[in-house]
Amino acid sequence: MSTATATDKRKAPAGERVADWADGRLGIYSLAKSNMRKIFPDHWSFMLGEICLYSFIIIILTGVYLTLFFHPSMNEVVYHGSYVPMQGVRMSEAYASTLDISFDVRGGLLIRQIHHWAALIFVAAMLVHMMRVFFTGAFRKPREVNWVFGFLLLVLGMFTGFTGYSLPDDLLSGTGVRFMEGAILSVPIVGTYLSMFLFGGEFPGHDFVARFYSIHILLLPGIMLGLLVAHLILVFYHKHTQFAGPGRTNNNVVGMPLLPVYMAKAGGFFFLVFGVIAVISAIASINPIWALGPYIPDHVSTGAQPDWYMGFSEGLIRAMPGWEINLWGHTLVLGVFIPLVIFPLVLAAIAVYPFIESWVTGDKREHHILDRPRNAPTRTGFGVAWLTWYVILLIAGGNDMFAQYFHLSINAITWFARIGFFVGPVIAFVITKRICLGLQRRDRDKVLHGRETGIIKRLPHGEFVEVHEPLSPGKLHTLTAHEQYKPAEIGPTVDENGVERKVKLMEKLRVKLSKGYYGEDHQIPKATAEEYKEIQSGHGHH
Amino acid sequence: MKKLSARRRHPLAAVVVLLLALAATGGLYAAFAPAGKAQADETAQSLAIEEGQKLYAVGCASCHGSGGQGSSDGPSLVGVGSAAVDFQVSTGRMPAQQPGAQVPKKKNIYTQAQIDQLAAYIASLGAGPITPTEKQYDPAGADIARGGELFRNNCAQCHNFTGEGGALTHGKYAPNLEGVSPKHIYEAMLTGPQNMPSFPDSTMPEKEKKDIIAYLQTVNGDKSESPGGLKLGGLGPVSEGLFGWIFGLGTLIAVAVWVAAHTAKAKKS
Amino acid sequence: MSSQDIPEDKHLPTEQGDAHHGGVAVADDPFADPGLPAHKPRIQDIDERAAKRSERTVAMLFTLSMLATIGFIASYVTIPVDKIVYIWPFGHVSGLNFALGVTLGIALFCIGAGAVHWARTLMSDVEVADERHPIEAAPEVKAKVLADFADGARESDIGRRKLIRNTMLGALAMVPLSGVVLLRDLGPLPEDKLRKTIWAKGKLLINQNTMEPLRPEDVAVGSLTFAMPEGLEEDQHDYMQQIAKAALMIVRIQPEDIKDKQELEWSHDGIVAYSKICTHVGCPISLYEQQTHHVLCPCHQSTFDLSDGARVIFGPAGHALPQLRIGVNDEGFLEALGDFEEPVGPAFWERG
Repeated sequence: MSTATATDKRKAPAGERVADWADGRLGIYSLAKSNMRKIFPDHWSFMLGEICLYSFIIIILTGVYLTLFFHPSMNEVVYHGSYVPMQGVRMSEAYASTLDISFDVRGGLLIRQIHHWAALIFVAAMLVHMMRVFFTGAFRKPREVNWVFGFLLLVLGMFTGFTGYSLPDDLLSGTGVRFMEGAILSVPIVGTYLSMFLFGGEFPGHDFVARFYSIHILLLPGIMLGLLVAHLILVFYHKHTQFAGPGRTNNNVVGMPLLPVYMAKAGGFFFLVFGVIAVISAIASINPIWALGPYIPDHVSTGAQPDWYMGFSEGLIRAMPGWEINLWGHTLVLGVFIPLVIFPLVLAAIAVYPFIESWVTGDKREHHILDRPRNAPTRTGFGVAWLTWYVILLIAGGNDMFAQYFHLSINAITWFARIGFFVGPVIAFVITKRICLGLQRRDRDKVLHGRETGIIKRLPHGEFVEVHEPLSPGKLHTLTAHEQYKPAEIGPTVDENGVERKVKLMEKLRVKLSKGYYGEDHQIPKATAEEYKEIQSGHGHH
Repeated sequence: MKKLSARRRHPLAAVVVLLLALAATGGLYAAFAPAGKAQADETAQSLAIEEGQKLYAVGCASCHGSGGQGSSDGPSLVGVGSAAVDFQVSTGRMPAQQPGAQVPKKKNIYTQAQIDQLAAYIASLGAGPITPTEKQYDPAGADIARGGELFRNNCAQCHNFTGEGGALTHGKYAPNLEGVSPKHIYEAMLTGPQNMPSFPDSTMPEKEKKDIIAYLQTVNGDKSESPGGLKLGGLGPVSEGLFGWIFGLGTLIAVAVWVAAHTAKAKKS
Repeated sequence: MSSQDIPEDKHLPTEQGDAHHGGVAVADDPFADPGLPAHKPRIQDIDERAAKRSERTVAMLFTLSMLATIGFIASYVTIPVDKIVYIWPFGHVSGLNFALGVTLGIALFCIGAGAVHWARTLMSDVEVADERHPIEAAPEVKAKVLADFADGARESDIGRRKLIRNTMLGALAMVPLSGVVLLRDLGPLPEDKLRKTIWAKGKLLINQNTMEPLRPEDVAVGSLTFAMPEGLEEDQHDYMQQIAKAALMIVRIQPEDIKDKQELEWSHDGIVAYSKICTHVGCPISLYEQQTHHVLCPCHQSTFDLSDGARVIFGPAGHALPQLRIGVNDEGFLEALGDFEEPVGPAFWERG
């Protein structure tokens, strides 16, 4: 007995022993060494990605629960459940089981609503997260690959959402699937074949719910999970970006350690996100399929819309004029096919931007300090232009709702979208760039003259001046920490031997773009230390 | 005042100014927007004095002609029947206030007796659908589920799944059916007011109309259930998307700001 | 100031004379970095009473969460699933959904709020700087990897034995074809399925409201009726596929108001029968405005003029709605005089 106690005393605590066991097999100590006290900078916008991550986890948790009750079948049944206005109505098993989840499974409605609300928030958060990364230039080297991963997650999220929206086989989602069939039919040459193969024959057939189901719960989320893990590994590997500030350089990251602060903050944030979504699901109804009725191809309701993340594609299709070309016995359905082609292009426009910018700047260095949007006016202008484009399409996608609630004409809104599609982004770009330059000037003034305090002083000779308070060294540094590029030059067209060098067209384009980015009127030179000294020495008059 | 001026350079000053400007714009809009009610009341007073057949001459003849034959401002009323008159006048649509894409519902300015007199006069111009009796439109005992199917086939395309209304071309619209009495729904189906097509008894018999009314009362009455919570207008994904962005993501971002914010420092140091 | 230099451009393989083309940022820094500001203590760091208050708040939040979980279980057990309660301002809502959602929400939120409050007020808030290291490998590492790769490639002989390489690539390229071929049975070939519907000469027009055949006198001017072909039954196996093409919209227009000659010919005494399926992407189009005879699609707002051959007057649809030729049979019922002359619904490549 006494020997046993003696060995116990020498033994490490239980937790350490478990860790030792795991380390011998998984090497967790080496892993923890670099990650346990990993530093995360504090900024609310750095938590947008976490909202995406957590809502994704919530969607998976609730989704698994829903699969326990949902029947992905299009077999026709007559409903005899507890929702009175549907009793005796013919419907697919998919729709009937969704009614059962909503009315007969205790808590089923809540889980359904959490699942759907979390999905809307998931995609919304991804878009906002992506915009944060865009406007702060966090996509620059070394994070371009992670930008692409994130973009793919957004696209896959949209399609996972769309397939999920279609599963209950209600009148609204069925109308959406019918639209999808029409869009597929418009594809030249293979459209009809694709449609027959997708639906297992003529629309609607008896197969699409089951097929969408495996895509929705297995194929797409599986790919997303993989991308998500890769995305997170890269975030850890690259370490987080940070805004410029005293003590924050391109070579360090300043913030709080993962253990314990971010363990508590990020871990706690998961529960906060889940809690907020649960309360929203308690108080606000989403996709009340019982009010929509089962899908029948000759029934329809006004206000037939997809979930918001597909709204811009809906806008494309609504704003498009009905062009159709009939030639040699074949039909080219441009009215549907053009929007179908523009749809990925709208998304691609923002996705390829980082690569265009890095080509224009020719900058091969790593960037870990974020830009303030104003200090990259062309990029910011492009981003706002893209968002304007997106929002105009969203408005076009909801033109009937806006017509109804703002007492406008549907036709007028459609025309607004048709013109706005081309004009809106241009105007937005110009205005945004102007605003950015204005803000740059303000920063410059602030650095040179100090902060306007709002305190008015009367000088002995009667003049009123506003007291300017010089900025702290930290603030001065922060406002001038950004780098300013020099516009690219074509360079000498004759080399040292006098032989004419041919300048490639792409090179000319690059130089032209670079001048548009960093030329004289496209950025405000930041204040220099000399200017500052000069003004501060002659201080007294403003 | 001094406090105020000292704070005008505060980082949040711009936000406050923006909010004030928005409030002011909204207030101005509300002040100058056409005040429908006041006008209706005035007309109400002037018209309520008249009675009987004279009502037509005063309230209707200017557009529909002295004998109901119609004019460029209003269609002929010959053969529209008493049901159409009862619907148009008792929902306040007629007499119309001003020309526009569509004549809206407003406060009714006639008593039921006056409406009946008007209806009798119009009915005498030519035979048409007769004002239904309560026995015809009372939805008690009707088949709600069947009504739902009929509604989704015949009505939802304009009025939405649960009768929340919807937009038509060039500013016309199908109105929200919440709170519309069974009698008026019946009359609307029977007569097809304005641009709404009619659903006469020959193609949609009385029983089917009752089923539809019963369904509407279940899903779009003041006692209608919305098990999931706020029904967000019953409009589907557009309002859900807006709610998700504003209250869902909005709340989460507010929470994120709190999580990431630096804790207040002790004042002493 | 910075101990770790940014990787030099010369480490990068594709760099060739880019520098003198400009475009590279100037990393000047006119105002020297004063370095991380000194840590300022929070109230909780210097006042134990404040720290205790924070501790109590955190504990209270965790306790609240436990109570909410108990509330969740209690609600689950006690509230019937079909209980509807009125809760302002949410309306007549499911009591169970509301109770479960709110208690679950509180239980989760309080855990999160407690943890975050703990981190914010009691855990150290001293900001720490962590050094970054360049992502790119050092030149010697890169050289080693390239050398290893060259060794491996040489040992495999893939460069020399081209036959092996080419046949392997061929095999790998071909094997996925089996997967593609396997997809063939996802569905039948289109053939002429999209060209025809079950409408045929002599089929009566059945009113979908009453399931009775329609007579001309049933259809009033300004009314709207939906019809399907005689013989189609709801419980039929292919009902959905058939109604998706055969759905019919019937209106009556004064013959003198019909502008299109063919439309008048194919109508019966002003009664016209048009496909209910939009020619854009197939929504059931039926927002009929009886005064203008315009019919609007609720999905994408294509607008057709039913008094003028249902031609498109607005929106994204590319061609008019197909009209069904109708007449009256000996017994006085409306009947189809054949199938639609052109495919109904959305256009497709083979439509022609």
